[in-house]
Amino acid sequence: MNKNIERLVNGLWKENPTFVLMLGMCPTLAVTTSAINGIGMGLSTTVVLVLSNIMISALRKLIPDRVRMPAFIVVVASFVTIVQFLMQGFTPSLYASLGIYIPLIVVNCIILGRAESYASKNPVIPSLFDGVGMGLGFTVGLTFIGIVREVLGNGSVFDIAIKPLNDYHITLFGLAPGAFIVLGFLVAVMNVVRRKMEAKGRPLPEVQGCLAGDCTTCTLSTACTGKSMVHVKPEEIPVNPKDVAKPVPNTNVEVKHADNQHNTEDVEEAGRASSYADEMLEGKGEDE
Amino acid sequence: MSYFTGLILLLVASAIVNNVVLSQFLGLCPFLGVSKKVETAAGMGGAVIFVITIASFVASLIYKYVLAPTGFEYMQTIVFILVIAALVQFVEMFLKKSVPALYESLGVYLPLITTNCAVLGTAINNVTNNYDILESVINGFGVAVGFTIAIVIMAGIREKIEYNDIPETFKGSAIVLITAGLMAMAFLGFSGVI
Repeated sequence: MNKNIERLVNGLWKENPTFVLMLGMCPTLAVTTSAINGIGMGLSTTVVLVLSNIMISALRKLIPDRVRMPAFIVVVASFVTIVQFLMQGFTPSLYASLGIYIPLIVVNCIILGRAESYASKNPVIPSLFDGVGMGLGFTVGLTFIGIVREVLGNGSVFDIAIKPLNDYHITLFGLAPGAFIVLGFLVAVMNVVRRKMEAKGRPLPEVQGCLAGDCTTCTLSTACTGKSMVHVKPEEIPVNPKDVAKPVPNTNVEVKHADNQHNTEDVEEAGRASSYADEMLEGKGEDE
Repeated sequence: MSYFTGLILLLVASAIVNNVVLSQFLGLCPFLGVSKKVETAAGMGGAVIFVITIASFVASLIYKYVLAPTGFEYMQTIVFILVIAALVQFVEMFLKKSVPALYESLGVYLPLITTNCAVLGTAINNVTNNYDILESVINGFGVAVGFTIAIVIMAGIREKIEYNDIPETFKGSAIVLITAGLMAMAFLGFSGVI
């Protein structure tokens, strides 16, 4: 029982697919024009995820290892088709607004990722709870982004207008560019959280999927071929420590540099850089 | 408007006006993951053009001559994803054997495209919009060209960003997403052209 609750908490909080693992970015960006769309997409993904987790976990001893990816895809695609028909029948307006992103649940990294990393190795009941936790975590993430975009872009939440904001909404946030920008800021906020947690000695799980910066962690890249990109072309993959380590001394040098010459034309930039340096120092002080 | 004018408009619309990455959010994974260098981005673009064009053709062929006559339209998601996965495998094997030079440059990216949502999305869109086979191929080609344009521009910008002084917090994917947002804004200017 405890293990099941642990799976729920894991999906909702510790390994939240939107905020922590950053999985399933296509639907996250595409359908979050409003909070209600976010909930709709999140819940339909949850249903598919739970059903496919149960099915794959039940069949885990029958599916030969070599053809597991195609088998998973067939299972997931079948459930997606069922969900698609149910939505078409019972929630036609939601079906219309989510459009092509419903059949595209098939290629959502979260679903195949959970099938591969959890459901295919664990019994049915924990897999079910894993699916519920991950699905609800995804729903919370989508709804949150949906609320932010709806408030900024339309001045309303769940179609209920917020009085003063209503008149000053920024339509752009409801359109495609707004999605990228909101997600960009979300990633930045998560970077701060990530650093704080690391300093506290409780690092968050690594970002997976496309936002990790390379495609090695993407489950889909190994689908069917069983080949990982790591073995195909090693020089393609950026060496993470190098990437991380290089910019840090650079910024330090530039901060010093900027501090030394306040009178040059880059006063504004220098100010920003030094205030940033202060922030960093403060951050370090707190951590110690 | 003649049929061929329609085709040209369709090509422009799918490549630029409704850019697959920047306005439809399909194929984001390679767009964010393989856009560090212009060279790799162009390679990925080439592979995507190759696969989406062929996949659109095969998918609409199967829909028109297998699924529609037998009344199995509702199987499209399952059939398309399997066809695409198998097709990528065949393309990979074929290239490896017959056109090694092309395989050298595109081969690494092919496994990544297997279940890329842009491929499946284009195939499903073609069916939803009732395109005939030629229109499907043109639309698929246009979508892929749009993807290539977006990823190559993105890679060019990211090469420059490398040397910029970005706040620590925004380093990595955050600044890339915001850049993509600005690009999307630019592409928004094309809406209404057709």
